[in-house]
Amino acid sequence: MRRALGILAALALAAGAVLALAVAPREATQGNVQRIMYVHVPAILVAYLAFGVVLGASLAYLLTRRPGADRLARAAAEVGVLFTGINIATGALWGKPTWGTWWTWDARLTSVAVMFVMYLGYLLLRAMIEDRERAARFAAVVGILAAVNIPIVHFSVYWWRTLHQPPSLLRPGPPTLPAVFSTVVLVNLVAFALVAGYFVLRRTRVLALEEELVT
Amino acid sequence: MTYVRRAWIVLWKDVLSERRSKATLNGVLFFALLLLFLFAFALGPDRERLAASLPGVLWLGALLAGLVSLGRTFLAEREHGCWEGLLLAPGDKSAIYLGKTAGNLVLMLGVEAVLLALVAVFFNVDLGGALAALVPVLLLGSVGMAAVGTLFAAMTAHVRARELLFPVLLLPTLVPVLLAAVEATAAVLAGEPLGAVGAWLTLLGAADAVYLTVGVLAAEAVLEG
Repeated sequence: MRRALGILAALALAAGAVLALAVAPREATQGNVQRIMYVHVPAILVAYLAFGVVLGASLAYLLTRRPGADRLARAAAEVGVLFTGINIATGALWGKPTWGTWWTWDARLTSVAVMFVMYLGYLLLRAMIEDRERAARFAAVVGILAAVNIPIVHFSVYWWRTLHQPPSLLRPGPPTLPAVFSTVVLVNLVAFALVAGYFVLRRTRVLALEEELVT
Repeated sequence: MTYVRRAWIVLWKDVLSERRSKATLNGVLFFALLLLFLFAFALGPDRERLAASLPGVLWLGALLAGLVSLGRTFLAEREHGCWEGLLLAPGDKSAIYLGKTAGNLVLMLGVEAVLLALVAVFFNVDLGGALAALVPVLLLGSVGMAAVGTLFAAMTAHVRARELLFPVLLLPTLVPVLLAAVEATAAVLAGEPLGAVGAWLTLLGAADAVYLTVGVLAAEAVLEG
């Protein structure tokens, strides 16, 4: 099952890469830089998906206290942070040639950055508490709080930028895409989701083995 | 004993021990004063710039001073071995959480009042007209900080690296509170009526409600130790 998913994910990733690099046409105004979007957009969507899993698994852990739910939450959080990091890094790479700056305190950039550090804190909490049961319990609470905080962060940051200035030219996000662009994004989204699922399965397995070793 | 009474007793215990020892208050007030000095040094002597950064300075001061006082929430329980005694209190543990949060809120509001006076003096601002409108902003912002801070303080009380872990958890979570409070304060200080910052106050109120709800629901899981 794990191996099958791994192979499937690798194939999907390869297909997505071929589509993004060779099949998709060169974008007229941005040029080849635009191809970063095929990584950038799916990455954040998968990250949101992973953080949703963290929320569900954290709730499940607090209700049932089953170690499996905790392992799932931890694995999903690690994968979510990884993909958020990929999103921010690719965004900066795209921003430099396109906007002329690596970073700007735009609403969407800021809220993703805040989300990123919230879940980094979550992982740090897990790393710093030795007692496994306690770490699981506290992490579940932080996992829930971080998730419910995302919309609050979103609104505050959005108002913070928009009450000051109208949406600027630097407004990020995909322009209205022709079909071929969105198809490639979609294929890559599926590929990334498969990769993330594979990572989570692998990671939960490793965590289970680690726990067996310790006990 | 009713739920409210149990929360009240925890609050009263903390306020009383703080009033007698002043262990936290004195230190945090001095720390807040130092922060104002540092901000002034960092921003330079330009009067206009100081006045423009006032809302940010005020709330960063409140947040950093709060970071210190919130981090000490369970200090007495930890160092004097009263943790078990506190947990032996019958009934729902969330009463303890609410009592502790209220205690932190009282302390923070006290510090913020002094901070406000110091800001008025050292940054040369006339707060007179805006004072009444500032009160709800300060109150709503502080409730959010106390609600999250008390929850994280309970979590990190038993962690060896708590001095590091506590701010690392707290600061990102409080970004929306800081943003909303700074924006609302800036508007109020600019002479706008409270109605003009309704959106920010609503956001602060909603955030407070969410944080308190999570805190109450999570208290049982967190206060087990």
